[in-house]
Amino acid sequence: MPVQDLKGQKIWQRRTGRESISHWIMWLIGVAIFAFCWQRISETTTWFFVWDAPRIANDIWTRATPPRWEYITQLGQPIWDTLNIATLGTIFSLILAVPVAFLAASNTTPSRYLIRPIALLIIVSTRSINSLIWALLLIAIIGPGVFAGVIAIAIRSIGFCAKLLYEAIEEIDQTQVEAITATGASRWQVMAYGIVPQILPAFAGIAVFRWDINIRESTVLGLVGAGGIGLQLSSSLNVLAWPQVSLILLVILAAVVISEWVSAKVRGAII
Amino acid sequence: MLRLEKLVKTYKTGDQALKAVELTVPEGQVLALIGPSGAGKSTLIRCINRLVEPTSGKVYLGDVELTGLSSGALRRERRRMGMIFQEYALVERLSVMENVLSGRLGYVGFWRSFLRRFPQSDVDEAFRLLDRVGLAHMADKRADELSGGQRQRVGICRALIQNPALLLVDEPTASLDPKTSRQIMRLICELCKERGLAAIINIHDVALAQMFVQRVIGLRFGAVEFDGPPEGLTPDVLTTIYGEEDWEATIEAVDDDEDDIEVAV
Repeated sequence: MPVQDLKGQKIWQRRTGRESISHWIMWLIGVAIFAFCWQRISETTTWFFVWDAPRIANDIWTRATPPRWEYITQLGQPIWDTLNIATLGTIFSLILAVPVAFLAASNTTPSRYLIRPIALLIIVSTRSINSLIWALLLIAIIGPGVFAGVIAIAIRSIGFCAKLLYEAIEEIDQTQVEAITATGASRWQVMAYGIVPQILPAFAGIAVFRWDINIRESTVLGLVGAGGIGLQLSSSLNVLAWPQVSLILLVILAAVVISEWVSAKVRGAII
Repeated sequence: MLRLEKLVKTYKTGDQALKAVELTVPEGQVLALIGPSGAGKSTLIRCINRLVEPTSGKVYLGDVELTGLSSGALRRERRRMGMIFQEYALVERLSVMENVLSGRLGYVGFWRSFLRRFPQSDVDEAFRLLDRVGLAHMADKRADELSGGQRQRVGICRALIQNPALLLVDEPTASLDPKTSRQIMRLICELCKERGLAAIINIHDVALAQMFVQRVIGLRFGAVEFDGPPEGLTPDVLTTIYGEEDWEATIEAVDDDEDDIEVAV
């Protein structure tokens, strides 16, 4: 109790004496760790390059502007590929995520102790690996190209979509499910009438949200050879064609802005 | 028609919601189930159609014993028991028509129901019922656009389109205003009479129950404390069901209410 009795007057403090000492010690340790890390990083940093950074950045900026506008004729196909990778990848991932979500939600899973942990494992494992790494793995397996990109995006998105969807399934109004069950409906009919209408808005929201994220992710897949505009970006960087790089970045920016706009519109329409 | 034998429900937490309840409901009888919150009213009607699995005891619907049925046979028997809920329990994002037709799910295969291709006779019956409760013009509206009283009427249609022999009604009026409550109770009781249906109605409002039913069951701590006609609910009886309280006002209110109705008509 941080209340002390001093000559009949009750004095209240936020922490007791021992608590505030331990609090100060924690802060001291924190600051010490920070100072130590700062020193180690400083030792291994070539400070010349850091001090030089503004000049180099300025140098690159002057080389990159103006963008090489005529290069845009060669970017149409790659940006189209990128959009397709994102869209197809999202569709495939949704097809796989829906059953996983139903198996993972505690109120629809057929077996809480066997199947649910497996579904949760699928969700965690697909989510924990970045799509760039999936793409590297898949290029080794199925060769470079757009298809590897689509599969990489699809696998990476399963966990995300399934997780949000199973949370939506767990939050449904159970009395509606009860009412459909009470009519003598079968398990599948209960799902189609009692559960699906309730999660449909969440499903649509998740789909456009993930599509939006996937457009951004698929722009970099080309860096490792999985198709799309990243391929042009990496080859332009390799030959130090800065005006092309700046144009590519502008095109990516435009694509992302448009996708954000579309997904905001769609979500607005659903809710 | 419905017979409960030593029906017991003990929840996992150890709470005994029903203690060997014995109850027989003859054909076409409408009875009210009253009792304090937590007395086991909801549990009792959910044990009948096994939305809640009873721990022991037997439930006979006609000649069929329900507690031992396989899931397929249970679904066939559930078609004979229409259920009406407190918060209406309509599927909010489906249309009124879809909600009513969902009462036929037990009769229609998965793909037909999934594609909303119900038999024409079901659609005809749905329109007839909606017309009977005065909602024929609402068939295309989404369920969440309706008012409370309208939603409960749709809930009634959904239960009746099952062509049931028994209605299980769980607090039909608890979310409604007093006037709508009476209209809904009157509608349920009229429809039961028209179709010769038996009904078990869970209800908090003692006065409302006395107004409409032929028989009252009082439940307390999962056991039947009172079983008799509505006139038998004296202050002493209400005290044994609910505990000590001044009951005169409640019972007098019934007489006043009846006067009100005559005036209103």
